[in-house]
Amino acid sequence: MVQQRSRPIARNVGRLTRTQLYTKRGLFKGQKKAAAPAKEATEEFKTKKVGGAKNGGERKVPTVKARAFYPAEDVAIPKNSRKTQRPTKLRESITPGTVLILLAGRFRGKRVVFLKQLDSGLLLVTGPFKVNGVPLRRVNQAYVIATSTKINVGAVDSSKVNDAFFAKAAVKNASKEEAFFGDKAEKKEYPAEKAQEQKNVDKAILAEIKKVDGLTKYLNASFGLSRGEFPHELKF
Amino acid sequence: MTRLYARGRVLSHQRGKRITHPKTSLIQIEGAQKIEDAKFYLGKRIAYVYKGKKAVNGSKVRVIWGKCTRTHGNSGAVRAKFASNLPPRTFGASCRIMLYPSSI
Repeated sequence: MVQQRSRPIARNVGRLTRTQLYTKRGLFKGQKKAAAPAKEATEEFKTKKVGGAKNGGERKVPTVKARAFYPAEDVAIPKNSRKTQRPTKLRESITPGTVLILLAGRFRGKRVVFLKQLDSGLLLVTGPFKVNGVPLRRVNQAYVIATSTKINVGAVDSSKVNDAFFAKAAVKNASKEEAFFGDKAEKKEYPAEKAQEQKNVDKAILAEIKKVDGLTKYLNASFGLSRGEFPHELKF
Repeated sequence: MTRLYARGRVLSHQRGKRITHPKTSLIQIEGAQKIEDAKFYLGKRIAYVYKGKKAVNGSKVRVIWGKCTRTHGNSGAVRAKFASNLPPRTFGASCRIMLYPSSI
């Protein structure tokens, strides 16, 4: 006999609750994804011939026998959550084309151009790469100061850049031994399509930046506080 | 690279005449003289950076993180809470008031 999962505490009383048992059985893990082939419709009743003069000669017999037992307990229905995810609200001071100052991370202090808000709520920014070395990048608006400088980004087409653009390519899991003793991981080259997309996006911005005197220099210069400068007094 | 944080000074724990409340620290921010000035910094993250004797993860530099919770008094000080209470030896030491989370 197979050992019982829910070894009873007393007669008819399982050790595990219904949910615990469900979790333990783990049937949900291997749920079939493909749709099951359509079952042939079977007839509900079969007619059987019955002997005996007083029995009418025929009788309808159900093909599937009705269950003799049914659960006495009410089945718990999971509660419906009324919470919905709402999109992140963009700060009013940040509009497409605003020059932002990054406050944290690898590029902190850099001035970048804001392009659009992505579905994840993060901001899509670019240096442009040629000006200050900041690539297309996602940043959280909490880690950004919006300045009053704006650049016309009407001609910029960043429609191809979305959250998936930033997903890392899946890496094959090397065996532990290999990872330990094997050759040092080769330096991967930056994917050509991404580099191309960077150029495509930056092209229109660069043209726009050139129109304004000193804007290239401004974007190239990084932000920092020096003595006697207090952020609460600054007008960004 | 120059600074990306405002400088602050740890004054003391919040306290009364006799009793101290170490779970709240008082911090004077450089350049902030009034309540209105201090309000700019509310919610901002504070880093108390110090050096330990033993290197942890290859660095002797350690940080206690905290955040500005509210203003304190009329001369631009703020109350702050830290991940672990600041020890009294920090009184008088400087700390960094980061510019994030930003609302500008």
